Amino acid sequence: MSDQVILRVATKIIVPTILLYALYVQFHGDFGPGGGFQAGVIFAAGIILYSLVFGLRRTQKVLPSWVARLAASTGVLIYAGTGVVALLKGGKFLDYSVLAHDPEHGQHLGILFVEIGVMITVLGVMITIFYFFAARGREDL
Amino acid sequence: MRILGLYNYWVFVFLMMVGFYILISRRNLVKKILGLNIFQTSVFIFYISMGKIIGGTAPILVEGEGEVVYSNPLPSVLILTAIVVGVSTTAVALSLVVRIKEAYGTIEGDEITAMDNEMPPP
Amino acid sequence: MMQHLPALLVVVPLMAAPVAAILRWRRAAWALALTVSWAVLAMAILLLRRVLNEGVISYFLGGWVAPIGIEYRIDVVSAWVLLVVASIGAVVMPYARASVEREVEPQRVPLLYSALLLCLTGLLGITVTGDVFNLFVFLEISSISAYALIATGPDRRALHAAYKYLIMGSIGATFIVIGIGMMYVMTGTLNMADLAQRLPEVSSRTVSVAFAFLTVGISLKLALFPLHLWLPDAYTFAPSTVTAFLASTATKVAVYMLVRFFFTIFGPTFSLEVMTFQWVLLPLALIAILWASMTAIYQMNVKRLLAYSSVAQIGYMALGISLASVPGLTAGLLHLFNHAIMKAALFMSMGAVMYQVGSVRIEAMRGLGRKMPWTMAAFVLGGLSLIGVPATVGFISKWYLVLAAVEAGLWVVAVLVLVGSLLAVVYIWRVVEAAYFQEYVGEFEVREAPLSLLVPIWALVAANLYFGLNATLTAGIATRAAELLLGVGS
Repeated sequence: MSDQVILRVATKIIVPTILLYALYVQFHGDFGPGGGFQAGVIFAAGIILYSLVFGLRRTQKVLPSWVARLAASTGVLIYAGTGVVALLKGGKFLDYSVLAHDPEHGQHLGILFVEIGVMITVLGVMITIFYFFAARGREDL
Repeated sequence: MRILGLYNYWVFVFLMMVGFYILISRRNLVKKILGLNIFQTSVFIFYISMGKIIGGTAPILVEGEGEVVYSNPLPSVLILTAIVVGVSTTAVALSLVVRIKEAYGTIEGDEITAMDNEMPPP
Repeated sequence: MMQHLPALLVVVPLMAAPVAAILRWRRAAWALALTVSWAVLAMAILLLRRVLNEGVISYFLGGWVAPIGIEYRIDVVSAWVLLVVASIGAVVMPYARASVEREVEPQRVPLLYSALLLCLTGLLGITVTGDVFNLFVFLEISSISAYALIATGPDRRALHAAYKYLIMGSIGATFIVIGIGMMYVMTGTLNMADLAQRLPEVSSRTVSVAFAFLTVGISLKLALFPLHLWLPDAYTFAPSTVTAFLASTATKVAVYMLVRFFFTIFGPTFSLEVMTFQWVLLPLALIAILWASMTAIYQMNVKRLLAYSSVAQIGYMALGISLASVPGLTAGLLHLFNHAIMKAALFMSMGAVMYQVGSVRIEAMRGLGRKMPWTMAAFVLGGLSLIGVPATVGFISKWYLVLAAVEAGLWVVAVLVLVGSLLAVVYIWRVVEAAYFQEYVGEFEVREAPLSLLVPIWALVAANLYFGLNATLTAGIATRAAELLLGVGS
């Protein structure tokens, strides 16, 4: 598809916007609709759009499949790790109030880390699934 | 008149029956997954519509006002979880269908069952 | 740390699963899974002792007090099922190393251990949680990883079996979530203890419909006749380790969900007198016992035979629950433990046969009594337990079941239970006859299975015999659990 000028140029403009929007949705999850899962899916959608227009090989140079699989595992560990840190600091599992010097900041910090963990995992899983389906039947990938 | 006012439950029941019928009557494996998705979507509508309170606004904290009636935020959160579960199930199902297609050459349920019954189990 | 055991029970396998997924060495993934499963067993034993001494343990996740937050609530019933799941996990893991390497492609092995750990997380989470939606989430975690586990089987029919299991399991889970939604609409709470208090006040048609949806959904997961159609294919074509693990845990946890919903949340009065669900469960259980045992007799593949036998045994558990008296529920809960250790031993011995011979058809069993004496002896002892011969755990369950039926005045039920045992004699005899009374006809030399496969099998057989001879511990806990569920004094 990379010989279609309109598609190429439009994608080059739209994809960064999509990725930025994903980050916006991620960090505004506390104050409006949004959060980790939505942000991860939007980010993955941006990367999938790039891959549809420019080809799977170029996308795998940007985001190799081992990075995607590592991301899928790391996000879960971040999420559970936040809970374990809360355990070690004296509260119950996933008790955010004990994470910082006062409960309100603790809640902010806890939600931040948990949502980042969710976003990374969802991103990794969506990209892995896409690579799996797209590379099917092609021995070179 | 009260029965018509409960139209969200009618929509839920209609979608649920449509999805369930597709699921059990279609033999094509991908169509079954479509039916499953519609079936699960009906459940989402059920949950979200039950969270709405008459006169309630979106459940996002509004600073500075006095008494504000919010709709129930909990069903939305439950549905987010259920949507993720639905997405995972669909992903696993589609991966299985891709591999079934490679292994059997077809995705029609009755042809696959016929091929299965040709060979006895190992 | 001791006070955080309920949460750690779920968190430890949950954190180990992604680590196992990114490991590239098969031995490392297996070692991680082994360590985690034994740690989980230790935690489950500690929790059981605490619950037996102190009563109900309550743990508020995130510091939010119930009923606002998610509560993990462990009572005798939960601790009992926890012990079953954790023990089976701990026994299957040492067995898994050799068996999985023979049956599954090498690059998939770390992912298989990761999925096994996720399935363990889900099953443990179902038993510890005190919040119904959290139960649904854990149910789906365990189910989806089970679908993926079954699809790793060597035969291509494993894929189709996993697909059918996926479709039926998702229908069941969606029915459960509809039931939960209806309960939430009427009461506004998702906490089990709170629901138990509020549901009697709002009895209406919605609650009855929620009951119906939950019954069908849980019966699909439980493989109660006639919703058992996914079970034979799924158990036959999955790798032997996966079959041994799932056959002994997934359906038992579904039995736990059944008793939890019907006796704790809806309450004995509503379930038994208003909805009279025991008159739905009882005939289905009897049909399951008789029809599944008869179908097992005609099977040519021993794993398929054992799968149909599992459907029959689930019928026994459902029968015990439908009798809804203290001896009946005790029988059902006791059979939960007994069937788990019996079936795991049987499926694992078949896995050893698959490891050495490469086939589990009855023709392939010929002469194995002499070639693989220890494996087939374990199979015979497990089979005797299925039949219900005295000195095995199967006898204890059948004894309590017949006692409960006689006490309820249902002599026909007691007779049918004994008929089920006779049918079990027939299908076990088919395998025993091939193994001991016929000559080996294969081309290659067959030796006994390696120790790493035999030791877990015989650990289970030893437990089988020990708890069959000395049932005070198991029967005592089961009786306490039954009394707690029915709300009778203790």
